Amino acid sequence: MTLNFSNKFLNQVAVFPDKQILRMLIDGKYIHLTYKDIFEGACRYEHALLKAGINSGEVVILILPHGLDLIFAYFGVILNGSIPSIMPFLTEKLIAEKYRKDLKSLIETSKPSALITFPDFKDEIKHLKSYNSSLGAVIISNEIGLNHELDGEILKHTGLLQLDDEIALLQHSSGTTGLQKGVALSHKAIFNHLESYQAALKINNDDVIVSWLPLYHDMGLIAGFILPLLYGIPLVLMSPFDWVKAPYKLMQAVSKYKGTLCWLPNFAYNFCAKKIRDRDLANVDLSSLRAVTNCSEPMRFSSHEMFIKRFKPFGLKEDALATSYAMAENVFAVTQAGIDSPITYDEVDLKSLQENKTANPVKNGNRSVVMVSAGRPISDVEVKIVDTSGDFLDERKIGEIVIRSNCMLNGYYNRDDITRKSFIDGWFKTGDFGYIADQEIYISGRKKDLIIIGGKNIYPKDLETIAMGVEGVHPGRVVAFGVYNEYKGTEDVVIIAEIEVEFLNNKEQIIENIRKKITRESAITVRTILIVGKKWLIKTSSGKIARALNKNKYIKEINSNV
Amino acid sequence: MERIEESIMKKREIISTLQSRIAEDILNLPEKIITPDEPLISSGLIDSFSLVDLSILIEDIFKVIIDDTELNSDVFDTLDQLAILIFSRYK
Repeated sequence: MTLNFSNKFLNQVAVFPDKQILRMLIDGKYIHLTYKDIFEGACRYEHALLKAGINSGEVVILILPHGLDLIFAYFGVILNGSIPSIMPFLTEKLIAEKYRKDLKSLIETSKPSALITFPDFKDEIKHLKSYNSSLGAVIISNEIGLNHELDGEILKHTGLLQLDDEIALLQHSSGTTGLQKGVALSHKAIFNHLESYQAALKINNDDVIVSWLPLYHDMGLIAGFILPLLYGIPLVLMSPFDWVKAPYKLMQAVSKYKGTLCWLPNFAYNFCAKKIRDRDLANVDLSSLRAVTNCSEPMRFSSHEMFIKRFKPFGLKEDALATSYAMAENVFAVTQAGIDSPITYDEVDLKSLQENKTANPVKNGNRSVVMVSAGRPISDVEVKIVDTSGDFLDERKIGEIVIRSNCMLNGYYNRDDITRKSFIDGWFKTGDFGYIADQEIYISGRKKDLIIIGGKNIYPKDLETIAMGVEGVHPGRVVAFGVYNEYKGTEDVVIIAEIEVEFLNNKEQIIENIRKKITRESAITVRTILIVGKKWLIKTSSGKIARALNKNKYIKEINSNV
Repeated sequence: MERIEESIMKKREIISTLQSRIAEDILNLPEKIITPDEPLISSGLIDSFSLVDLSILIEDIFKVIIDDTELNSDVFDTLDQLAILIFSRYK
C-alpha cells in the first residue's frame, strides 16, 4: 500500500481513537485532544474545502493563530489531498501594506487555490483579492460548519489517493526572499525521514514531545507537530507568543507531562537560563527530559553550559543535551548527536581555522574555539564537504556542506530555476560551511549572506531594501549583516548606511527612521544602526556591496569586542 | 489636593526611572529619550523577546508584578500608561 499522510493519520484514528495525543495550552489552560477530536475537527475543514471546490494537489495557504483551528485546518487540507502551507500571520507591529506585498509574492509563486484564515484577517483578504486574481476560495475559520455531516454529504478523504511521490506539504521561510522559495516535500521523503529520525532519536513508548515552536518553521512543523501526530507520540504544544512572554511555561509543561524530548534554537538556551524566575520553577522537575536538541541556528558551548547550570538543580540531566543539523530541504534533520552518548565538543586552533581553513585540535595553549558537534548523519543521509570546485575534502578541512539522502525536497515549488542551481552532481548544496571529524559534522559558518536570529532566517537583502527606502539614505549604499551576541546566544542585526551630504545634520533622525521602518516592515528590531560617510562601504568589483568584507571592517574598526 | 500632587510626583518619578532603565537595560540605547506617550510595544521598540525583561525590570525596581498575560499593548503601550499601572499596584 502507498504510504501517505492521510492513510497514516486515519490509521491512528481508527486504531487509537481515544488516545490523548495532543495537549495544547490555550488561554492559560491545557486542552486535551484525542485522535478522534482532531479527526472530527479536520473533517469540518475537509468539508469546507470540498464545498469550495478545492481539489487534491492544489495549494492551500493557512494564516491562522497558533491554536486548534490551525491543527484542524492542517489535517483537513491533508484529508482533502491538497497541499498545506502555513504562513506567519500579521502582527500589530507589521504594517499591513508590507505584509500584503509579501503575501502577494507568495501567492504569485505558490498559486494557492484557497486560503484559510481567521475573522480578524477578513479585511486583509479584500485587499488581497483586489490584486490577486489567482487566489481562489477564502475560508474563514469561524464560518465553517460545526459538523461535517451538515449536508448529509459523505467525505471522500481524497488524500488517501495521493501517491507517495506527490507533494505532501510546502514550507516557506519568512521575509520577501524566503516566501518566494517554498520547499516542496513528498509523502515519501517525509516518511523516509521520519523513519530514519525516529531511529536516531530511539523513540520509545514513554516519549512525550514538548514544543513552543511555530508551525511554519521546519523544526516546529516536523519535530513538533508532524512526527508526534503521525506516529502517536504524545505532544504538548504551546504558542511561541505565550512562550516568549513566559518561558517558564515550557519547564512547567515538561514537569507536568513528563516531557522527554524538546527542540530549541540556540538562543532559547540563553533565554530560558536568564529569564525564568525561581518562583516560577517551584516544584518543577525536569528529570524526565532525555534529549533537548539544539537546532536551527549556530550552536554554542556557552549556551549549553548556561542552560545546565540553571536547570540542573531542577533535575535536568547533563546528558540530556543534544544537537542536530537540520534543514527543510532534507525534511528536517541531517544529523543528530547526544542520544546514545554525550555531544562531542571539539576544541580547535583558532588561527588554523581562520587562516588555513582547517580545524586542527588545539595544542600548546594556542588560542582556540570550542566547536559543538552536530553529530553523525541519520541513516540514509550522506554528508560530504566540498571545495569551491565541488571536489570532496578530507577530514577537518573546511568547505561547503553538501548532502544526499532519500528524503530530499521535490524542489522549490514552481521555482525549477532555483532548484537546479541548488544541486551539484546529485548533491544538495546547503550553503553552510563546516568540517567532518571522526564522522561527526561541525558547522563553522555560512556561504549565503544569511542572518539567523532566534532560529529565524533573515535575508540581509530584505533589510537593506527597506533601509534604502528611508529619505536621505544613499540608494545602493546600505549593508545589513548579523553579529553574534554572546549574552543572547544569537545574532544581532547591524545596519550600516551611507547618507546623502545634505542630510548629514539629520543623522539621528535617519537612524530613528530606519529603525522604525525595519520594525514595521519586517518585525525585526535593529539595535545597531550606523551612519557613515561617503565611500565607507566596500564594494565588489561588480559594484555590489560586499557584506562579508563590510562586516569584517565593522568588527575591526568599530566593534572590536565581538 | 496634596495627595494628588504627591501622586503626580510619584508618577513622574516612575516615568523618569523607566525612561532611563528601559533605554539602558532593555534597548541598549542609553542615549535614547523615550517620551511618555511613545508607543513601546505596538511600535516594536520593545520587541517580543524583551517583554519578559521588562516585567523582570519592573519587578526588581518597583516590586510590582506584571503578569505575562498583561505584556501586550492592550494593557499598556506607553511609559505613561505603564507608570499608571505600576502606581495602581504600589502597596
